[in-house]
Amino acid sequence: METKNIMIVGVGGQGTLLTSRILGGIALHEGYDVKLSEVHGMAQRGGSVVTYVRYGDKVAEPIVEEGQADILIAFERLEAKRYAHFLKKDGAIIVNDQRMDPITVVTGAAQYPEGILEELSQKYKVYSVDAMAEAKKLGNARVFNIIVLGIAAQHMDYSKETWLTVIEKTVPPKTVEINKKAFEVGYSL
Amino acid sequence: MEKKIMLGNEAIARGAWEAGVKVSSAYPGTPSTEISESLVQYKADIYAEWAPNEKVATEVASGASISGVRSMCCMKHVGVNVAADPLYTMSYIGVNGGMVLVAADDPGLYSSQNEQDSRSVGRAAHVPVIEPSDSQEAKDFMKYAFELSEKYDTPVILRTTTRLSHSQGLVTLEDRVVPEDKPYERNIKKHVMMPAMAKQRHLHVEQRELDMSADGASMPINRVEMNDKKIGVITCGIEYQYVKEVLPNASVLKLGLVNPLPKQMILDFAAQVEELYVIEELDPVIEEQVRSWGIACHGKDLLTVQGEYSANLLRKAILHEELDLETPADVPARPPILCPGCPHRSVYSVLKKLNIHAAGDIGCYTLGAVAPLNVVDTTICMGASISSLHGMEKAKGKEYVKNWVAVIGDSTFLHTGVNSLMNMVYNQATGTVMILDNSTTGMTGHQDHAATGKTLQGDPTYAIDIYNLVKAMGIEHVVEVNAFDIKKLEEVVKEETARDEISVIITKSPCVLLKGNVFPNKCVPIPEKCKKCGMCLRPGCPALTKKEDGTIAIDETMCNGCGLCKNVCPFGAIETVEK
Repeated sequence: METKNIMIVGVGGQGTLLTSRILGGIALHEGYDVKLSEVHGMAQRGGSVVTYVRYGDKVAEPIVEEGQADILIAFERLEAKRYAHFLKKDGAIIVNDQRMDPITVVTGAAQYPEGILEELSQKYKVYSVDAMAEAKKLGNARVFNIIVLGIAAQHMDYSKETWLTVIEKTVPPKTVEINKKAFEVGYSL
Repeated sequence: MEKKIMLGNEAIARGAWEAGVKVSSAYPGTPSTEISESLVQYKADIYAEWAPNEKVATEVASGASISGVRSMCCMKHVGVNVAADPLYTMSYIGVNGGMVLVAADDPGLYSSQNEQDSRSVGRAAHVPVIEPSDSQEAKDFMKYAFELSEKYDTPVILRTTTRLSHSQGLVTLEDRVVPEDKPYERNIKKHVMMPAMAKQRHLHVEQRELDMSADGASMPINRVEMNDKKIGVITCGIEYQYVKEVLPNASVLKLGLVNPLPKQMILDFAAQVEELYVIEELDPVIEEQVRSWGIACHGKDLLTVQGEYSANLLRKAILHEELDLETPADVPARPPILCPGCPHRSVYSVLKKLNIHAAGDIGCYTLGAVAPLNVVDTTICMGASISSLHGMEKAKGKEYVKNWVAVIGDSTFLHTGVNSLMNMVYNQATGTVMILDNSTTGMTGHQDHAATGKTLQGDPTYAIDIYNLVKAMGIEHVVEVNAFDIKKLEEVVKEETARDEISVIITKSPCVLLKGNVFPNKCVPIPEKCKKCGMCLRPGCPALTKKEDGTIAIDETMCNGCGLCKNVCPFGAIETVEK
């Protein structure tokens, strides 16, 4: 199989690491070689963060580079725009339709761009969701990332059961049920 | 055999466990921290601890090794500088039980103050350095490092980088094999490095390097992948993966031993290929040695000494490929910031109001250097806030530093700040030191330290009382203040900086991300009372934004309810209500 390249981008603290670990678990479950690359440390403090997931028959490089991503999972609009050039020409963006102002916008040094989703839609397949609102309906705003993952899963070749099995194995035991529910919400959107 | 997906750092810990390590000591530092955290799962077999700093950690590992067991210490690259003193001399002493120092470099500066190359430290200290290329090798090389250590009577540096430490890959698990403890024998010629003994041991060190260099060709961690001989590449570490992506048909000499270099193996390889490339991130450590042997090669003439490499970077530099890539969008930067509810923000809002300069240190609070806080003026290394403030006073006089403070976190204070403070006391300083005590090592992800009352392995322990420690140095003016009591803090800072004597202000409030540390309230704006002055925005809390009409919105999901915005609002236009 040709190597699949997935990127998860967002703001430090949004849970990109958990999401990438589930994707890694899927690849392992399916018997592929897999590499993930993450960001720890200072950037996790509210900075722009990116996690790479690559799987296939044999994976060398652990990072996804410009023009190579099949799927870009973005937990925030501005971050979707920041990393869109990493996508292949026919790549898909799954974006949580949420605005988080970076400090450069808060202090007035920069403007938060308007019309991000419309602009991205002209070049790429864009699937957007207000995952925060959906997560609140479930009573736990923090599982919004798994809802977004559920949407991404629709564009990948694994059964719902496989995803749920891997989620069960990956998330903290106390949060298994809520995360499975969140995944189902995303998967059926 | 079971296969598991593991972070490079988890694989290093696994390798240590499989190798039969019994003692590990470390100080947290990105990208090395998860090695020690991962060792906790092997508590039954390995004693693992947080030491106050890397020098201590390396000495703990040294003692364990001399006593006859396999031991390790872990640190980030700049920690190796702190550990340099014991490392350079352990190179002479060698080992009894195997000893490995894990040095985690940070090309690309994801979370560091410089981009130094630990391979150079290995060369300078005459300590062998080995470098894996993925998680599987991280585990395997760790085990091999102990074999080398015992075979050649030397500590070994296992060098990793951020990309390797923080990438996950498949690892085949094996069982733990514990070698029998080596008997301890008193041997002052080997263990007491006074001049006469050290002279003799230096001979051992030099011979050892020659032996290892010669034996390199037969070490399984060095391998030749002979393919098309038009292009030959010498590479190591994560760079090997980029080479395999870009030059799948090239001949490759993959070095696991990067110090000392296996000279004859390199000469033989170079003789077989038409054009030779040395591909290594950061310093031209391999390239310069290869050139010094009279071998022509490409390296830093094409490739940068800064940052990380990638497959695309090699495509451009070596294959001169024009890549058809989209231009990145011009979007506002999103630099890291202090979290909503962070006590450092509260302290900095007071210093900012008083127009005080801060000599800074290493931790989350370094972020006080940038807008909108703009309080921290300097950051050098762990502990330097206190000693550099002292230097300023000795240069410019005591009036000059009345407009300055040193700011340092609790973990950093215990790391090396203590020594700097002793120096201030001893040499009659009058400056003001602020210890921002948030009860944890924050930036690296909340590790315990000597003043938290808990060990790495989760056991309760004695907590060093920072107040009494400072008092015991003979400092009369030591004040503890709640970091969020900005009124009191302002009074204290004014009083202590004006004083012609040394003083220490300890601001206390646990890191907002610590488990169980939850403010009972949330902050809510009252638009009718808002005068649109923007005072609440000055501390730069990311939960607050200005609405189009000039009043304030507070993001409910981000606000931690610390009440700083309420406290700085002069018009009572923000209130705290129960969550």
